[in-house]
Amino acid sequence: MALAVFVLVALIGYELARGSQPALHKFGWHFLFSSDWDPGSDNYGALPFIFGTLVSSLIALVIAVPISVATAVYLTELAPLWVRQPLIMFIELLAAIPSVILGFWGLFVMVPWLHDHLFPGLRSMLGFLPLFRGPDYGPCMLAAGIILAIMIVPIITSVSREILRSVPGLQREAAYALGATRWEVTRIAVLSYAKKGIFGAVILGLGRALGETMAVTMVIGNSPQFVASLFQPGSTLASWIANQFTEAIGDLFYSSLFELGLVLLGVTVLVNIFAQLLLKTFAGPSVKPQH
Amino acid sequence: MPETATSPLNVPPESKAPGAPALAVRNLSVFFGKNVAVKKVSLDIAARAVTAIIGPSGCGKSTFLRAINRMHELNPEARMEGEIKLFGDDIYSRNVEPVVVRRRVGMVFQKSNPFPTMSIVDNVTVGLRLNGVGNRKVLAERTEQSLRMAALWDEVKDRLHAPAISLSGGQQQRLCIARALAVEPEVLLMDEPASALDPLATSKIEDLIVHLKKEYTIVIVTHNMQQAARASDFTAFFYLGELVEYGPTTKIFTSPSQKRTEDYVTGRFG
Repeated sequence: MALAVFVLVALIGYELARGSQPALHKFGWHFLFSSDWDPGSDNYGALPFIFGTLVSSLIALVIAVPISVATAVYLTELAPLWVRQPLIMFIELLAAIPSVILGFWGLFVMVPWLHDHLFPGLRSMLGFLPLFRGPDYGPCMLAAGIILAIMIVPIITSVSREILRSVPGLQREAAYALGATRWEVTRIAVLSYAKKGIFGAVILGLGRALGETMAVTMVIGNSPQFVASLFQPGSTLASWIANQFTEAIGDLFYSSLFELGLVLLGVTVLVNIFAQLLLKTFAGPSVKPQH
Repeated sequence: MPETATSPLNVPPESKAPGAPALAVRNLSVFFGKNVAVKKVSLDIAARAVTAIIGPSGCGKSTFLRAINRMHELNPEARMEGEIKLFGDDIYSRNVEPVVVRRRVGMVFQKSNPFPTMSIVDNVTVGLRLNGVGNRKVLAERTEQSLRMAALWDEVKDRLHAPAISLSGGQQQRLCIARALAVEPEVLLMDEPASALDPLATSKIEDLIVHLKKEYTIVIVTHNMQQAARASDFTAFFYLGELVEYGPTTKIFTSPSQKRTEDYVTGRFG
């Protein structure tokens, strides 16, 4: 059965590679580093979309990780019992909202609100950074990052909560017995014990963010350009494929979209490998069961 | 002491250590929900001596121990009545935080529980750092001193920065003792500290306990009669939440005044 998973991934990769043959043949490695996307001259490149995918996912992590870990800690360590169950149910409900509905809400409720309230504030406070400059029309990279954050909070929270729950009670008692306050117990006995698992939860969330399509397509603005400002429209690999697929004319256009899919698969795999390496290097010795 | 007269069991005069007791427990009852775990226990615990608490499983000995540093309060259903004074201070007084009590009364658990992501030295100093001690020299001195007292220094001095979980089970337990000692508690509670260890590691812990009483007041819960007989000066026998008998260890083991004590220490039940 486990082998079937490998076969499946290999088959998907193979099909994507087969579909992208013409583009692979025509552009070679240049496809990855070109920022042209011009059906007129039949020139295609993936760079703005790779950039958009990484930037929107990074924004999502920056927003979602603190919220998720704090929520998980609150749920396992601090919340009174009567708060826990309703809050857990609410978070699970959030995970169950179909992506297209979140996209609708994002486009018609969140984006106008961001445009009217959050963006002017950001511009006046952080406008010295190129990230928060320039005009905004509504749909943009930052909106995509925020929608992604909303979508990955439930998964990071639930997995982190399970990890925190698995921290042995004896670890907490060890800290309490030293005269630690509740917060100190959480810091020295719980979070440090669980940090490796929480990192894994974050990677799960990142995997979801990299490939998320529908809601992102609806709020990102779909422009095949590099954006230095988060207020401007952009695209991710997934959102651009979804957006352009029905309009693809000609073999090269079509197979370039296939190649974007191949690149997305590659980016996802690379990010996961990188995360594994990071974990091995920085997280220290793995926690073995206690004697 | 006049207040002993109010307790159901008078503390026998020969069990009084010279000077004031480290702990004076009066009419202590501990409840978990509707269950009574400890029933109206009164006793004095001598300073700089080892007091063993023995009794069959479920007799309330661990709960009694945990009430001394208010660890039982981690169970939200727990409730207590009575009074415990630590060198004269009422530890259940309204204006005393449990955190402060636990800094004065350290604890070592049945299973060793070093912090697995920390190094050996970080495990020893974690309590001090929680107390705001940041001076490297002080931390280094206290590390060596605590590890020496826990009879672990010679085994780990060359690898202080190795992960705590690289140590053997017995070493981990001594590391936990060093961690508890580093904050210089006035009383050290030990809840069956050797029950998960092999005989050699157990005898090291027992030697250590005997050695530590020169400076510390130790209360140890144990299932092991020989351990209580070897390592303690005073023994309290608990049964069904009540204190049945309390006195010098030699007396409890050779000429107990209660039939139930005799049956238990001779292995006829329990």
